[in-house]
Amino acid sequence: MFGEGILKGLAETARNFLGSYVSKKRLTTVQYPEERLPQIEAYRNFPFLVYDGEDWQQGLRCVSCFICEKECPPKCIFIEKSTDKKPDAVGKPQFYPTVFNIDVSVCMSCQICVEVCPFDAIKMDTDFELSTDNRFSGLLWDKKHLAKSNEHYHKIHPTEAAVVDAQLAAERAKVAAKAKAAAEAKPAAAPATPPPVPAATEK
Amino acid sequence: MIAATEPIRILPKSRADGGEGQFLEVSMGPQHPSTHGVFRMDVVLDGERIVKLKPVFGYLHRNHEKIAEHETYLGSMPYTDRLDYFCSLTNNWAYALAVEKLAGIQVPERAEYIRIITAELTRFQNHAALIGFLTQDMGASGTPLMYAFRERETILDLFESLTGARMMCNYMRFGGCRVDLPAGWLDHAKKFVATLPRFLDEFERLLASNEILMARTQGVGVLSKELAVNAGVTGPVLRASGVNYDVRKVDKYGIYDRFAFKIPMGEHGDTYDRYMVRLLEMRESLNILNQALKDIPEGPIVDPKTRIRGFKPKPGEAYGRIEAPKGELGFYLVSDGTSNPYRYRVRPPSLMNLTVLEQLCIGRNVADVVVILGSIDIVMGEVDR
Amino acid sequence: MTLENIKSEVEAKVPGCALEIVANPSPSGQHSLRIDPAHAVAIAAFMRDAEHLRFDYCSNVTGIDWPGKEISEKVKVKKLVDGVEQEVEEVRKSQTVGHLEVVYHLYSMEKKHGPVILRMRTEDRAEKVHLPSLTSVWQSADFQEREIFDLYGVVFDGHPDLRRILMWDGFKDHPMRKDYVEPDDYEYEPTAHDEVLERARQHRTVMGAQ
Repeated sequence: MFGEGILKGLAETARNFLGSYVSKKRLTTVQYPEERLPQIEAYRNFPFLVYDGEDWQQGLRCVSCFICEKECPPKCIFIEKSTDKKPDAVGKPQFYPTVFNIDVSVCMSCQICVEVCPFDAIKMDTDFELSTDNRFSGLLWDKKHLAKSNEHYHKIHPTEAAVVDAQLAAERAKVAAKAKAAAEAKPAAAPATPPPVPAATEK
Repeated sequence: MIAATEPIRILPKSRADGGEGQFLEVSMGPQHPSTHGVFRMDVVLDGERIVKLKPVFGYLHRNHEKIAEHETYLGSMPYTDRLDYFCSLTNNWAYALAVEKLAGIQVPERAEYIRIITAELTRFQNHAALIGFLTQDMGASGTPLMYAFRERETILDLFESLTGARMMCNYMRFGGCRVDLPAGWLDHAKKFVATLPRFLDEFERLLASNEILMARTQGVGVLSKELAVNAGVTGPVLRASGVNYDVRKVDKYGIYDRFAFKIPMGEHGDTYDRYMVRLLEMRESLNILNQALKDIPEGPIVDPKTRIRGFKPKPGEAYGRIEAPKGELGFYLVSDGTSNPYRYRVRPPSLMNLTVLEQLCIGRNVADVVVILGSIDIVMGEVDR
Repeated sequence: MTLENIKSEVEAKVPGCALEIVANPSPSGQHSLRIDPAHAVAIAAFMRDAEHLRFDYCSNVTGIDWPGKEISEKVKVKKLVDGVEQEVEEVRKSQTVGHLEVVYHLYSMEKKHGPVILRMRTEDRAEKVHLPSLTSVWQSADFQEREIFDLYGVVFDGHPDLRRILMWDGFKDHPMRKDYVEPDDYEYEPTAHDEVLERARQHRTVMGAQ
């Protein structure tokens, strides 16, 4: 009979339509922003700079090595290196960035900066509601905007952050042991101050 | 240098042809819902019939290949996501495969399994969405598309929990994959894949015997075997014309030779066959998925010898190709020993399949052009690059 | 069926053609066959039609730009330095012409083998950029040759419809060439890159706007 196929199809849509009153499973849309889906842990959107401790400027892990700036595919990172040094996350004295800008209107969240960073200083954020009233300056994020605490990192990517913390702790122990050994071997020549370890980095 | 030839003009139909009216030139697109992006067709019409059709594209051209010459090898990986943005994982794989050929990198077994799982999921969601779009082009306003997108959404959730992004996955690396499967991912995927046959059955009940769909697709846009081969058409469009050619079977790249699956083929080469071939291919994808999810071994996911930074393959060249959902996706790389490719070329299946568009459309009505174009399955990000 | 076999066979069947095997040092081992443009169509037609070759599927057609290189040689020259004849090293520079290359990747759908890679070269990069089109043999070369014409400036003689394909018709240069200079009048957005800003600023000054 002509039209049988159409009727069969309509029966299928009717089953879905009526079924949506009975079964929650058939209702697939979510009324954003009132309702939200749970966030998936691996989700990534735009990088941020991790800092340890309370003071974001002191605790910034970035040592301004320019690797991410060079490797960034769309070239959206801009760094200026400091002239003086401060202790980094594992306790070695290192340079730090005086300027660290990311143009998020160019950034494509590919997270290659995260992969190439040898200092675990840059990680991916999960923030996606980023509308701003100025599409130029509002989307050029500076160091202050980018700096987020290690606690924040633990909140958004707990599994990954735990691994990173363990690695950093091991490295910190290694550096401390080396400094101790150096101090013992050459008590006279070694500098009096051992490299300071940033506080409150342990989770 | 050399000027381009003139565009098509309105040609008055000569009296010798027995016509009284004129041919009408219509510019179809670029802003047209049926053109799947910014794609334009210069169509010369005799009444409602197509006399001549020239595809015009380049509206989305950003010279991906030139950009890649200024990037490191790894730096081009996220850009490949943006070629065929429906199938970023297969794009990743094709590029990774070409670089692995160029540098002679081996891929661990687990990574090969992950690649096949993600690629087949990609194929599934691409075909499901395509059938949705195709029926939308025929006037089925949204329902099949929404059903397809409902399943696609779940697949994208799987991608997101694995790669961190739904569409711009940037997941494959030279010599493996970026991260291992998260805990519970396999079980979740297994459970989900088990529900997919039910979705396909539902889809078939919804569409398979629909009279309108048959009237609009059967006998429309017939592509002969000889033309399909000569014009370099690949993928489901080629197989719908009855040519048994699937790079998964021919090249056996990755570990496809370990899986039992069939290659669905059409015999008429019309739009209906192209639609059916895709439906059947989705079933075969499920077949592969079930085997891969069952057999996936433990182990490393990336070749430890491959360097992320300072990756410099030796001078030479390589062409690597895979069976992407839309056809043969190839990457041709020429290395001069530096960290940037000297030449980086994408062989886009969507573009090549458009070669036959004019031949398919001539003599058909305007409304058929929309359906034929829909059945070819193009994504402008890949056509224009 | 090795590349050497194909070479000798083509040489026997197409009289007067000059073939050369181009070795590929990479692990991919995809060596290629350089053919001479004068016999290209005959060679291609033979490779497509020969019973045991049947390369009926031309997968990938692409161009490569090889600009002329500056070659500097160190030459020892005898010269009078402070009245004494001495042997002095001198650097002599010469410029090679450079060429554009077109690469065809062929497969066989019937026999399921491949790839065989054909290459052709133009004589230089400015005037003698003509190559025969292989679209008459494989229709799949149609759009790809147009693309090479558009992006590299190789003119394919015998192509049915050689127009620009990705760039617009009024566009002048060929953007994939290595010496292509991008125009400085892009509408640059405010950006963190000083050089880009500087170029945009200079353009505005030159054009008298602002």
